[in-house]
Amino acid sequence: MANELNFSNRKFIIGSIVTGVIIIYLIRLFTLQLMSDDYKKNADSNAFRKEIQYPSRGLIYDRKHRLLVYNESSYNIMVIMNDQRGIDTLDFCRTIGITKDFYIKRMEEIKAKTNYSRYTPQVFLSQIPSQEFSVFREKLFRFNGFSAEKRSVRHYTSGIAAHILGDMGEVSNADIEEDNYYQSGDYIGKLGVERSYEKQLRGEKGMRIMLRDVHGRTKGHYQNGKYDKAPIPGKDLMLSIDSELQALAERLLEGKLGAIVAIEPSTGEILCMASSPSYDPRLMVGRDRGKNHQRLNSDPMKPLLNRAIMGTYPPGSTFKLTQALIGLQEGSIDPTISFPCHHGFNYRGLHVGCHSHASPISLIPALGTSCNAYFCWNLYRLFSNRSRFKSTQDAMTRWKDHAVAMGFGYKLGVDLPGERRGMIPNAQYYDKAYRGRWNALTVISIAIGQGEVTATPLQIANLAATVANRGFYYIPHIIHDIRGSQIDSIYRTRHYTLVDRKWYNYVVAGMRRAVTHGTCHSANLPGIEVCGKTGTAQNRGHDHSTFAGFAPMNDPKIAVSVYVENGGWGNTYGVPLGALIIEQYLNGKLSPESAKKADAFQHKHIKYADYAR
Amino acid sequence: MPDNSPRNPAFTADWVVIVIFLALMAFGWISICGASHEIGDTDFLSWSTRTGKQLVWMSCAVLLGFVLLMVDDRYFDTLADLLYWVMIGVLFITPFIAKDIKGSHSWISLGSISLQPAEFAKCTTALALAKLINRYGFTLDNMRNLAQAAGMVLLPFALIVMQRETGSALVYLSFFLMFYREGMPGSFLFTATAAVVYFIVGIRFSDVVVPMTHTSVGEFSVLLMIWLFTAGLVRVYCPHTPHATRLFVWGGTATALALLFSHFVIPFDVAWVQVGVCIGMACYLGWQALGERAGRYTLIALFALGSTAFLYSANYTLNHILEPHQQVRVRVLLGMEESITDAGYNVNQSKIAIGSGGLLGKGFLNGTQTKLKYVPEQDTDFIFCTVGEEEGFIGSAAVLLLFLALILRLVYLAERQTTKFGRVYGYCVLSVLFFHVLINVGMVMGLMPVIGIPLPFFSYGGSSLWGFTLMLFIFLRIDAGNKPRLA
Repeated sequence: MANELNFSNRKFIIGSIVTGVIIIYLIRLFTLQLMSDDYKKNADSNAFRKEIQYPSRGLIYDRKHRLLVYNESSYNIMVIMNDQRGIDTLDFCRTIGITKDFYIKRMEEIKAKTNYSRYTPQVFLSQIPSQEFSVFREKLFRFNGFSAEKRSVRHYTSGIAAHILGDMGEVSNADIEEDNYYQSGDYIGKLGVERSYEKQLRGEKGMRIMLRDVHGRTKGHYQNGKYDKAPIPGKDLMLSIDSELQALAERLLEGKLGAIVAIEPSTGEILCMASSPSYDPRLMVGRDRGKNHQRLNSDPMKPLLNRAIMGTYPPGSTFKLTQALIGLQEGSIDPTISFPCHHGFNYRGLHVGCHSHASPISLIPALGTSCNAYFCWNLYRLFSNRSRFKSTQDAMTRWKDHAVAMGFGYKLGVDLPGERRGMIPNAQYYDKAYRGRWNALTVISIAIGQGEVTATPLQIANLAATVANRGFYYIPHIIHDIRGSQIDSIYRTRHYTLVDRKWYNYVVAGMRRAVTHGTCHSANLPGIEVCGKTGTAQNRGHDHSTFAGFAPMNDPKIAVSVYVENGGWGNTYGVPLGALIIEQYLNGKLSPESAKKADAFQHKHIKYADYAR
Repeated sequence: MPDNSPRNPAFTADWVVIVIFLALMAFGWISICGASHEIGDTDFLSWSTRTGKQLVWMSCAVLLGFVLLMVDDRYFDTLADLLYWVMIGVLFITPFIAKDIKGSHSWISLGSISLQPAEFAKCTTALALAKLINRYGFTLDNMRNLAQAAGMVLLPFALIVMQRETGSALVYLSFFLMFYREGMPGSFLFTATAAVVYFIVGIRFSDVVVPMTHTSVGEFSVLLMIWLFTAGLVRVYCPHTPHATRLFVWGGTATALALLFSHFVIPFDVAWVQVGVCIGMACYLGWQALGERAGRYTLIALFALGSTAFLYSANYTLNHILEPHQQVRVRVLLGMEESITDAGYNVNQSKIAIGSGGLLGKGFLNGTQTKLKYVPEQDTDFIFCTVGEEEGFIGSAAVLLLFLALILRLVYLAERQTTKFGRVYGYCVLSVLFFHVLINVGMVMGLMPVIGIPLPFFSYGGSSLWGFTLMLFIFLRIDAGNKPRLA
């Protein structure tokens, strides 16, 4: 019995073993359940299939509510391998127009995918247009395991405004990294407003959280859809362009390189923005997008380049408008002062040529005839005015500030991707280029918009708008209205130049003079007070033909800039094209003669030997 | 035989155990709801659902318990041998008449229901063991008696292994816990535990090398343990002798010198020196055995030699004797292999299920892991996952604590029995319950190998529920019968 008692202590050992094991298990439970949420995430990724629902993308209209871009269904043909059995493969291939070899190859590819499951739909073919799909749909019931998934693609009502509208493409890895909204395979705006208004157009994806069992089969909504989210459709855009005006602008530029930009001065809205050569935006959707893009990209004429905002050209004589304003503001000229011009500016051995006209000449006729000498004197006097400026550098800095305030030298901030800033030199630039030894005469060509000065056609149009407004501009923009939202306030803010309003009236008078008695005579439209300024931008090859103008003089509705590469005199292309644009916009149509003229210009092509390599 | 108690045993039975029993069963049914529930289904009661069936099994179990409490407790003692041999007979013929269910031949069909005799044999074996040990003059520190009792356990064990139900068979090993209580020498348990530790440590760390030597950490640690255990055993069983200190000092010095030599002179396999230490210790003890206390010294010497031999045979067993899929299971369990797809898949998914429950769980019927069938056998062997996922840490800890309370209460009840029969039987019951909880919960949490045995009162199925109810209520009846006699 003594032995018995000894063993009775073993109940404590047994009790401790049991308690010990349970304590160890409790600790294990604690670490599993409370120390990390990896298991939770793991369980969620096991069980939830997030079905993304794509919103319809916003439509795009012009300023007169004419539809430009809309969506059309396209279909992805999906296959669930587990259900795909005993179909007539030959019939299937014939129906969707593929070969049997392609069918076999595609099936192998699907099976080799990393997240392949035989129970979930896999993409067999993507982007089948709805016409082709309708044939397939009728036979779909015969093809077990195949189904269709609806996606939408962009469609364009006409072939205009490719550079403005832009296009869409599959997201790149960089896009996904930048914004986690996107997933591989999603589409994103690549160019034009599709890109700049991507966030408004795309809407918001919806999501349905479905439960998925161990075989990948869907078992219904998680929590009866409590956490599901309906897709929010994208917002429709109304662009400021007038599609008729845009079409005319594109027609006029046919066979030429160049750009036409028109702006509504009172709002900064872009009425048309044509760049030539252009392309048909309809080439950039569907299955041939890659091929077409490749072809356009390798074209030496660079049709993908939007010259209106990406082309930086010497502004030529249109830049004289800025010079007149700067001179008046800074006192180097006044409306009465005259300068001699004997076929140009001659001073200390320097000669800048000019055509023949009366001499001496004052401001308004100087603008009217586009006298080079006048503006060379202006710049010389400005830069040499030691009572106002301590040095040439100071004068140069002031000059640059004026030009920048008028929208040159920096990006204007138009709502289209890829804008270039152009070039306005400053004192430091010349100090570096000439090692500090330079004066007004060294840089005199900037007075007539040559030399280092470059600008985009948009900046020149903006200059015309600024003059039309007598001293302020709105940042030019392509957006008119975003349905259910507001356009950015930066497009509703006036930017004033450093020149007083009173001086603008003299420049306007000069521009009017150019139309009535000067270089822009062909822009003298009946019943419309057009103001304009030609430009013949010197170039290594043939001169560029340019025009900047606005109308009507006292209640400006439209400001235009035209730039035709190697078009020769400003008069040759710039002025008549600008006049046609103004006429079309203000009258809503072209007069019969004008229409004839427009046709003639459309078929007048320029040979570009430089590009024909 | 008339019961001499004045009161109905249903009132004198231990109500603490009955309440825990009912609570576990209720909790179990809720978990089965979660595990077998299909989305959108709201029917838990009809016969076609597993929850409906389980309700019937549960009612039968309660009825069975009540009936058992009415039976005269002395029948159990009287019929123990008979029942044991009848069950042995049934177990023997089962493989011949049973259908093949997933490779197991352990189910007998009786009309529309199938029963697993192995679940009921636990109970009869426990009764027969209790009767055997209750015999006058029977002690388990007598080797012959111990062998007789062990034989009684190993016979059904062997028969169940033949039915390819290794998991159920292993449960019979839990009776050795009862043997320990009844006087089986503690060194048996110590040796068995040591063997498990050697196996795990030796294999788990067999590919990590001790810095500056050519010895693996596993080998080094196990040999170190053998040296410490041997010296410790000498200290415990041969007190008041200088031998323990000598073995400790000499063994330690030799190992330390070997490490230093390997570190500063030439790196070599220190294990050779350690094996030498073990053999040296055995020789020293053998020499001592020639003098006094021969038996003890010999046994400890054998322990040292046996342990060393076991270490080297364990590696060999794992790599050459076990089947490849068993090797994988062992490696996955020891964390040496990440196998998400094959052997480790079930355990990984069940860990995800439990881990995703968090503190409060996802709520009743909201578990995604279990409901969407990511966890296999989720309403039987892996039922604890559902508790973990839907009821969280609070719920699963409560279940574990209920089991702890039940087992400790049974220890208390067993200890208060007036007869050795009652006490032995009580320990049998609690040992079996403990073994099931240990293996089942450990397996679900990835601490134990995957051995398919049910969680008592929780897992779906009539056989196991009735088997446990039978065992538990027979004990409660014996206990209730004791009380009036005590008074």
